[in-house]
Amino acid sequence: MVLNDTDRDLIAAVQDGLPMVARPFAAIGDRVGLDEAEVIRRLDAMLRAGVIKRFGVVVRHHELGYRANAMVVWDIPDDRVEAVAGEIARCPCVTLCYQRPRRLPEWPYNLFCMVHGRDRGLVEAQVEQMAARLGLQDVPRAVLFSRRRFKQRGARYASAAE
Amino acid sequence: MAKRDQGGQGCGEALPLGELERRLIDAFQRDLPLVPHPFAAVAESLDSSEEAVIGALSSLMDEGVVSRVGPVFAPHKAGASTLAAMAVPPERLDEVAELVNGYPEVNHNYEREHRFTLWFVVTAPSRERIDAILADIERRTGIGVLDLPLVAAYHIDLGFPVQWS
Repeated sequence: MVLNDTDRDLIAAVQDGLPMVARPFAAIGDRVGLDEAEVIRRLDAMLRAGVIKRFGVVVRHHELGYRANAMVVWDIPDDRVEAVAGEIARCPCVTLCYQRPRRLPEWPYNLFCMVHGRDRGLVEAQVEQMAARLGLQDVPRAVLFSRRRFKQRGARYASAAE
Repeated sequence: MAKRDQGGQGCGEALPLGELERRLIDAFQRDLPLVPHPFAAVAESLDSSEEAVIGALSSLMDEGVVSRVGPVFAPHKAGASTLAAMAVPPERLDEVAELVNGYPEVNHNYEREHRFTLWFVVTAPSRERIDAILADIERRTGIGVLDLPLVAAYHIDLGFPVQWS
C-alpha cells in the first residue's frame, strides 16, 4: 500500500489514540479535514493492507499485573534461525519474536523475544522450559529483565514537523 | 496519575478491575468496530451502554492500565524503526534516559539488566531520520549506540491473552 500525504496526516492524528467521545472518527476527521466516512474508509484500508496490524484497546502489561518482562536474546546459527523463531513465536508466553543483526564483538545475539509473566521466577522457568523443549540448552542466550520504564507509548510514524 | 503499582515485589496479584473493564480488555484489544459510533457498537456486544464504555475506557487510561484506544502499526510498513541499546554507566542512567526521552521519535525506553542498560525504540518516517537521531544521541552523550533494526518478524501482535485468575 502506498500512503499519500492525507494518509500520513491521518496517521499523525490517530497514532496517540481516539478521543473518548461518541463519534471519535468524526473528531479525528475534524483535525485533518476529512469527513467521518473518509476517516473510517482510510483506516479500514490501512488495516486490510497490514499497515495497521490491529485497532483496539492497547494495554500496558505492567499495570495489568504482568510485572516481569524480559527480553530474551539468543545466538542461533543463521541456517536455523527461521525454524527456531517460528517455534519460539508459538509459545504462549512470547508476545514478540524478532530477528535482528548481530553487532560483533559486543552483541552476539540475533534472535529476540519478549516473555511476559506475573513474576520473575515464572519468566525464568518459562525460558528454561522453552530452551529444553526446543533443544536450545547449549545455545548462548541472555535474559534481560526490565528494571525501569522511562517511556512507553505507541510508535509515532508521522510528526507534524516532517 | 494513580498507577496500580503498589503491590509487593513480584507479587503479581490480579488487579481489582471491574467486570466491564475486564471484558473490554479481553474482547477489544483488536477489532474495535470501525463505525461512526464504535463505543456504542462495543457496548451492544457487552450488553452495556455507550456512556459506560467511554467512562470505563477513560478511567482505564487515567489509571495507566490502557495507554490508548487506537491503531498499532506494523513495523516498517508505515515508516522506519529500530531497536537501540546503550551501555550507560549506572551513575549516568537517569541523565541519558531523560536525554533520549526528549526525542519525540523515541517510544519505548527501558532500563534492562545487562551491560547494555538502556534499550529504546526509535520510529521515524525514514531511515535517514533514524540515522540522524542515533548520531545525535552518540554525539551528545559520548556513548556508542547499538543499532538493531528488524531483519524479520515472527510474531508481531502485542495484544495478548490476559489470564485474570
